[in-house]
Amino acid sequence: MSLLEIKNLHVNVGGNEILKGIDLTVNAGEVHSIMGPNGSGKSTLAQVLARRDAYHVTEGSITFEGRDLLEMKPEEAACEGVFLAFQYPVEIPGIGNTYFLRSALNAQRKYRGQEEMDAMDFLPMFREKLALLEMDDKLMNRSLNEGFSGGEKKRNEILQMAVLEPRLAILDETDSGLDIDALRIVANGVNSLRSPERAMLVVTHYQRLLNYIVPDFVHVLVDGRIVRSGGKELALELEEKGYGWTEHEQTVGARA
Amino acid sequence: MSTDMNIVHDLASREYEWGFVTQIEEDRIRKGLDEDVIRTISTKKQEPEFMLEWRLNAYRYWAQQERAQAEPKWANVTFPPIDYQDIAYYSAPKQKKVLNSLDELDPEILRTYEKLGIPLAEQKLLANVAVDAVFDSVSVATTFKEKLAELGIIFCSFSEAVKNHPELVKKYLGSVVPHTDNFYAALNAAVFSDGSFVYVPKGVRCPMELSTYFRINAAETGQFERTLIIADEGAYVSYLEGCTAPMRDENQLHAAVVELVALDNAQIRYSTVQNWYPGDKNGKGGIYNFVTKRGKCLGRNSKISWTQVETGSAITWKYPSCILQGDNSVGEFYSVALTNNYQQADTGTKMIHLGKNTKSTIVSKGISAGHGQNTYRGMVKIMKGAEGARNYTQCDSLLIGDKCGAHTFPYIEVKNSSARMEHEAATSKIGEDQLFYLQQRGLKTEDAVSMIVNGFCKQVFRELPMEFAVEAQKLLSISLEGSVG
Ligand SMILES: Nc1ncnc2c1ncn2[C@@H]1O[C@H](COP(=O)(O)OP(=O)(O)O)[C@@H](O)[C@H]1O
Ligand SMILES: [Mg+2]
Repeated sequence: MSLLEIKNLHVNVGGNEILKGIDLTVNAGEVHSIMGPNGSGKSTLAQVLARRDAYHVTEGSITFEGRDLLEMKPEEAACEGVFLAFQYPVEIPGIGNTYFLRSALNAQRKYRGQEEMDAMDFLPMFREKLALLEMDDKLMNRSLNEGFSGGEKKRNEILQMAVLEPRLAILDETDSGLDIDALRIVANGVNSLRSPERAMLVVTHYQRLLNYIVPDFVHVLVDGRIVRSGGKELALELEEKGYGWTEHEQTVGARA
Repeated sequence: MSTDMNIVHDLASREYEWGFVTQIEEDRIRKGLDEDVIRTISTKKQEPEFMLEWRLNAYRYWAQQERAQAEPKWANVTFPPIDYQDIAYYSAPKQKKVLNSLDELDPEILRTYEKLGIPLAEQKLLANVAVDAVFDSVSVATTFKEKLAELGIIFCSFSEAVKNHPELVKKYLGSVVPHTDNFYAALNAAVFSDGSFVYVPKGVRCPMELSTYFRINAAETGQFERTLIIADEGAYVSYLEGCTAPMRDENQLHAAVVELVALDNAQIRYSTVQNWYPGDKNGKGGIYNFVTKRGKCLGRNSKISWTQVETGSAITWKYPSCILQGDNSVGEFYSVALTNNYQQADTGTKMIHLGKNTKSTIVSKGISAGHGQNTYRGMVKIMKGAEGARNYTQCDSLLIGDKCGAHTFPYIEVKNSSARMEHEAATSKIGEDQLFYLQQRGLKTEDAVSMIVNGFCKQVFRELPMEFAVEAQKLLSISLEGSVG
């Protein structure tokens, strides 16, 4: 059984059809990259997988570990192991980062019938993950993402992922806003989380990130449809020829 | 989404868990208010003549006001007129004789406080909190009294203070809130039946939190308590009040008065966790909480801080204020007010700067959910002599849902040009994106909302004594239940 199976997925946002029939199968252990121009529907796909309410599925199905993902609320999907690293992480005043992350972890553990983790057990593990992402623990005493730079926010997303250890991690443009050093650190963190049990969906606009996180498969999303799929070399081809090339192909394909 | 709705429904119909009634024999007087009733109350309390005179004076003033229909009407709240003749002004649990120890207290009352999480029996006392328990009109128990007395601290019921320390009562009663202050203050002065009294002598730092727990039990009565706290030169005291009431379909009136006096270099921290019955989800029943609280920083370098968490009551009308008379004195007001369902709150503060280099800070956090209406009303007055006065005001509102309302009325009056005033205000809605972010990490909707709200209130909660900050957070979460659709 595949970890994630998307079949003929159509999605409406604000009355417009944004996704127009997506098919995608992801197995445990695989890293897939979704590439595409701005506005092609990449974030929409990511948000639907995380079960955001405003995104209406009009047709098709998504199963996660054989279960109907579309039946799940966002927190259920999260507890089942779906993690979304947001393109634009929000700031929430007054909630300490560490407190928040431990609460989230414990909510997930409780859901799975595991014992909650107390501060004594949590902290050593948390320190390890902080070190992995080379993050200053002073940041953790601040409110959630409050006053974080763009890069710090993105790193914080990956830190959360490292703590929550999801089955399916969706990274939405995690590379945007990162300088080259930060990019290397984040990629390092992500790579260390690659495992045979875990799958990743890496959404990106640029090929650059894929030099560091090397995908098993690349899919090109244009105007709500996957127009091409291939191995990691597809990303390079795309870089060279631009998205116009795939769009051309699409229209050619449609005529034929 | 349908499961979401179910959860919301379940929670909304969850009951106010402090809403039970204790079956107990009452000593109560007939309904209605006239001079005879005032005399009866005074006699029952075996008061000295000066108290009776003081009450009658207040009563006459109030009766005049009532005839003139001079109830304050400026607040942003609505309710049907109150029939003051349809209320019983005194109700006390019947006690056979004067109690020598807590063991003699009616076990039903002991059980009531235990159910409320306020154990009075000595062996179960909270280690660092002395409690005065007020049941309907009278104080039924005060703990740790002897221990405090060793330091010269007086902590007792108001009735006892009138008997044992008449000189202090005479000197300070009405010195901060005179009976002419407002309609409800006059009513309180006429009929108040008990409350707490604190005196901390020169140079003494009170080693534990002092607290009063107010409980309304009897039906068709009002509760009119009065608290007077005096911190003598260089003294420090931290005081907390909590309150609950049974669930009843009719509205009950609670009109309290609190007076604080801080002399030179003294400091008083006064914290309130107000959880009177708010009425049901359709707005039926609940307490009318019409309260006058004021502190006077009489001495130089004195400081008074009000911290309030207001989650209960059908209507809250309350403006804990500071008169900054002593030079360099400091007034603070930290407030969280939450209105859910059909609750209404009109609350805020007044900071009156008289002395030089006086400083005040106002942080108000209003949360509206359901059909709740939440008003911040604040007044900062810098008088002519208040050279170098400073005020910082921050007042934020948070809206949950689209049927509730938030309103702010900040008034500023500056008569000395050296004053420095800062004002910040913001209104926000709980963002769908914030909520989704927390849910995406595995938190349930209700938990996510209460986390966001608690974050919003953090600036205020950190002003509360530790033990109570935790309680306040829990209370806020419970009060919010059912607010997210
Ligand atoms: N909440 C929304 N309301 C209305 N339109 C939206 C919303 N979110 C996305 N869209 C539209 O959907 C399309 C795809 O957006 P998005 O998925 O963010 O693309 P990408 O991530 O590939 O840049 C865009 O045309 C965008 O304007
Ligand atoms: Mg996007």
